[in-house]
This record gives sequence, structure tokens and C-alpha cells, in this order.
Amino acid sequence: MRLNCPLCGPRDRREFYYSGSEDLLNRPAADATVEAWNDMLHLRLNPAGVTRDLWYHETGCGSWLLVTRNTVTHEILATERVADRKGAA
Amino acid sequence: MRYSALKIFTEGLFGNKGWTPAWRTPDPKADYDAVIIGGGGHGLATAYYLAKNHGLTNIAVLEKSYLGGGNVGRNTTIVRANYFMPGNSEFYSHSLRLWEGLEADLNYNVMHSQRGQVVLFHSDGQRDAQIRRANAIVNQGDDAEIMSVDQLRAEFPYLDYDQTRFPIYGGMMQRRAGTARHDAVAWGYARGADQRGVDLIQNCEVTGIDIENGVVKGVQTTRGPIRAKKVGMCAAGRSGQVAALAGLRLPIESHVLQAFVTEGLKPVIDSVISFGMGHFYISQSDKGGLVFGGDIDMYASYAARGNLPMVEHVMEAGMTLMPMIGRAKVLRAWGGIMDMTPDGSPIIDKTPVEGLYVDAGWNYGGFKATPASGWCMAHLMATNEPHEVARRFRLDRFRTGHLMDEEGTGSQHNLH
Ligand SMILES: Cc1cc2nc3c(=O)[nH]c(=O)nc-3n(C[C@H](O)[C@H](O)[C@H](O)COP(=O)(O)OP(=O)(O)OC[C@H]3O[C@@H](n4cnc5c(N)ncnc54)[C@H](O)[C@@H]3O)c2cc1C
Ligand SMILES: [Zn+2]
Repeated sequence: MRLNCPLCGPRDRREFYYSGSEDLLNRPAADATVEAWNDMLHLRLNPAGVTRDLWYHETGCGSWLLVTRNTVTHEILATERVADRKGAA
Repeated sequence: MRYSALKIFTEGLFGNKGWTPAWRTPDPKADYDAVIIGGGGHGLATAYYLAKNHGLTNIAVLEKSYLGGGNVGRNTTIVRANYFMPGNSEFYSHSLRLWEGLEADLNYNVMHSQRGQVVLFHSDGQRDAQIRRANAIVNQGDDAEIMSVDQLRAEFPYLDYDQTRFPIYGGMMQRRAGTARHDAVAWGYARGADQRGVDLIQNCEVTGIDIENGVVKGVQTTRGPIRAKKVGMCAAGRSGQVAALAGLRLPIESHVLQAFVTEGLKPVIDSVISFGMGHFYISQSDKGGLVFGGDIDMYASYAARGNLPMVEHVMEAGMTLMPMIGRAKVLRAWGGIMDMTPDGSPIIDKTPVEGLYVDAGWNYGGFKATPASGWCMAHLMATNEPHEVARRFRLDRFRTGHLMDEEGTGSQHNLH
């Protein structure tokens, strides 16, 4: 499996660290409810099919990537830098 | 039909014409007291103990494919009780005791073989951790012994003791650990449940869970609707999707775990051996194949096949530990879908829907858990109360902060 890093180009899966579902980006406010924190940290939709998750280009440029891929076929559909997303700081 | 040595002998004399199918293939009834979703080890064991321990026989197991076609027939069959944390410790201890009586109980040869498992350590820190674990295991009433390098050399002369990278400092041995024939466990429970009147329904996928006013009423399946007073979800790697049918989100992410088997060889590895410095463990099957595996591929997946980096890692780790296996040819590799929780421990609990129960989150340790999981899930479904040894496997422990992170690797689904 290869991921196409927007900065580095197509790279071997071994260069990346998998962190988990894109839910991890929806970090609640510090004073949010326990439910909101539980949602973000633990509960998952866990789809069989298209999903979006977070990968870190560990031995490359050091970008956090948002990868759209298929969990059944392992096909990679899109890769973007978290920092480039609309609304990202 | 009761199986016995005499029966095999007499059948041999008369052309083996007297054997009958091990279970019936009934059509689903319209109504059951309880249905179980998933005909893997856990679902079949739950049905068996519901019938045997609680006298519930108007029940059905609904399996979307064939019985035992899931992870119960894809795992590397290690059975052990070397857990540390309160909650896990008593549960796996109970499970191992059930394993020890399982063949007599089921009248079925599951080829349970207590050949021992040794976990190697390669540093002072690992040694301390394993001694602590061994003490906890002895305190829970099970067996563990710390083996010196000399003792290991005598028993496992083929390990590479003198390498400079990961020298072997010793190992923790559990003699009562071992292996079992995975399919036979599914078949044995299936036959036992069927004999007690349980309907085993194959090629029957559950496509919906009917809920009225927060109470479960039954399920929709590819073989029609089935009403049920209680529904148990035992779908292992597919737990998230089955729970979604009831509108629930579980603390589970599904990952693929691979395993490998070589051509048959003469007996050489007579215990289960786990490497402490890489993802590698190995045993030898009764047919002679070396059966070995490593860790999950580390990213969410529903493909029952893995990727090459983990293959390479497992082979490298194996060669580091026991170079002698280098000449064996790998015959087959495969993958199974693991239901990974954020703390690596399982869930046996009620859900917010009345009458709907969940048994999930087995990570890659669910085979050894099969008897106790069925026992405790049956107890929960029959009495509506958690069983004593499974009382900490709560669905809401993530929200309340009562995580059971046996390996201490942190709250991330793929790290256990
Ligand atoms: C490669 C590998 C090695 C492993 N090694 C070990 C080991 O050495 N020791 C150990 O203890 N554990 C091991 N495990 C883990 C163990 O196999 C699993 O944790 C355990 O088998 C899961 O429980 P089960 O047997 O009930 O699952 P399964 O056999 O997967 O049963 C679940 C069943 O649910 C069915 N199902 C799913 N959705 C539906 C639906 N909608 N309707 C109807 N039916 C449905 C599936 O078809 C399946 O048959 C390993 C797993 C793998 C993949
Ligand atoms: Zn990059």
C-alpha cells in the first residue's frame, strides 16, 4: 500500500504512522461533556467501505495527512494535508 | 450420537456407514426466546451454555455464512491464562479451567494440547515486568514459572541466544497454556448446542434489529424476519456494523491480523514460543506445519488479507529468534478481522436497548476466551446480570474512565 503525500509524492506505507479515525480532529472544548470526549476518543463508526483517517508522514516531511480510503479493498481515494483543509488554522 | 473409541472401531468394521450429520439444518422459526447473531466460537458457546446452564432451548444462532467460517477458523489457536489486570485475570483463569474440561463436556475432541507457552524477555526491564506478571498469575491460582537461560537452552536449543542485538535473558513459562484445534471448537459447541435443541441457521445474515420503545423485538434477516425476546450480538470483527443496525456506536475499530503456516515438518517446536522484541510467536501444528504470526497491520481494515510490511516484519523477527526456520517454505498466509477496543480488553454487557446484549472487542485474544465468553454471555442474557468473572467488561467503561489497558500502551484502538 502506498500513500500519496501532497508534499513528497507516492511513498511506501512504512513511512507513515497510523493514528486513527478522522474523529480525532474533532477535539471538544476542554469543558465539553464527558460524552463529547468519549465520542472523540473511543466511539467509532468503523465503516466497511470508505473511511477517512489520520496518518503522520513520520519518515518524510512530518505532515499530518487526512486519507480517504476503502477499508475493504485498501484502495486510497484521496490524500490531503490536515493543515491545508478549509478552515484549518 | 455419542462419540467414543468403540464407536470408531465398530464403524471401521462396517464401512463407516453409520455416521450421521453432527447437527441439523433447520429453517428459522418465526419466534424464539433468544437469538444470537454470529456463529463463530463465541456465538456457538453462548448458545451451548444458554441451553446447558440455563435451560433455554428455544433459541437460534444466526450465521451469515457457514458455522466457524470467521475468526474461529482463522486464528493461531493459542490458549493461555497469563493476564495481569483484575478483571482480565479471573476471566481468563476461568476460561482455562473450562478448556481443561471441554472435551469431556462436549464429547468432542478439540485437540486441546497443554504444551506450554514461553514468553521470552531480552532486558532487565522486561525481566522485572515478567516476574511481576508471573507473581500475579500465581496469585490468581494459575501457573507461571521463570526460566533461566540455561533452562531455556535445555528445552529450546535452537533459539539464537548469543546474538548481540536482542540477547535472551530468560522466559516466563506457563505449562498449562497451549493450543487447540480451532474448527473443532466451533464444531463441538455447534453439535452440543444442536443436541440440546438450539437451531443453527446458516446463510442467514442479520440485516436489521427491530426495536420498539427502547425494547428489542427481533431481527430482520436474509431469510425473513425473526421475532425474539432477547438478542445477543457475537459478531467479532463485524460487531461495529451489527451494532449500527441498532443505532449504536461501539468503542471498536476493525483491523486485520495476519498469520502464516509452513509445509509440514517433523516435530521440532513442542511449545508455543513468543518473542519479546518483535511481533512474532510460533507453534507447530499436529500436522507438522509451523504456525506463526505477529501483530495487526495497524490501520483500520475489513479486508481479510494483509499487506507486505507486516509479512516482512514477522519473517525478520522469526529469523532473528530462530534462524533454523529459514529453510521452511511458507505455504499459506491469511488475515482475519479483529475488533480492537481502545484498551485492548473485551466487552460483555447489556446495551442501552432492553433485551439487546453485546459480546465484542476480542482484539486478537478471543480464541482462548471462547468458553468463558460463552459462559458469561449466556449468564448475562439469561439473568440480565453480569457474571462475576466478567463484571468489569463494561460497555461504558471508556466513558467512566475504568479502562483495562493490560499492555499499558494508551487509549488508541490499534495499539493493543
Ligand atoms: C490470524 C489470527 C490469529 C489469531 N490468533 C489467536 C490466538 O492465537 N489466540 C487467541 O486467543 N485468539 C486469536 N485470534 C483471535 C480470535 O480468533 C478471535 O478473537 C475470535 O475468534 C473472535 O470470536 P468468534 O470466534 O466468535 O469470531 P468469528 O468466528 O469471526 O464469529 C463471528 C461470526 O459472526 C458472523 N456475522 C457477522 N456479521 C453478521 C450478521 N450481520 N449476521 C449474521 N452473522 C454475522 C460472521 O460471519 C462470523 O462467523 C486470532 C485471530 C486471527 C485473525
Ligand atoms: Zn510527506
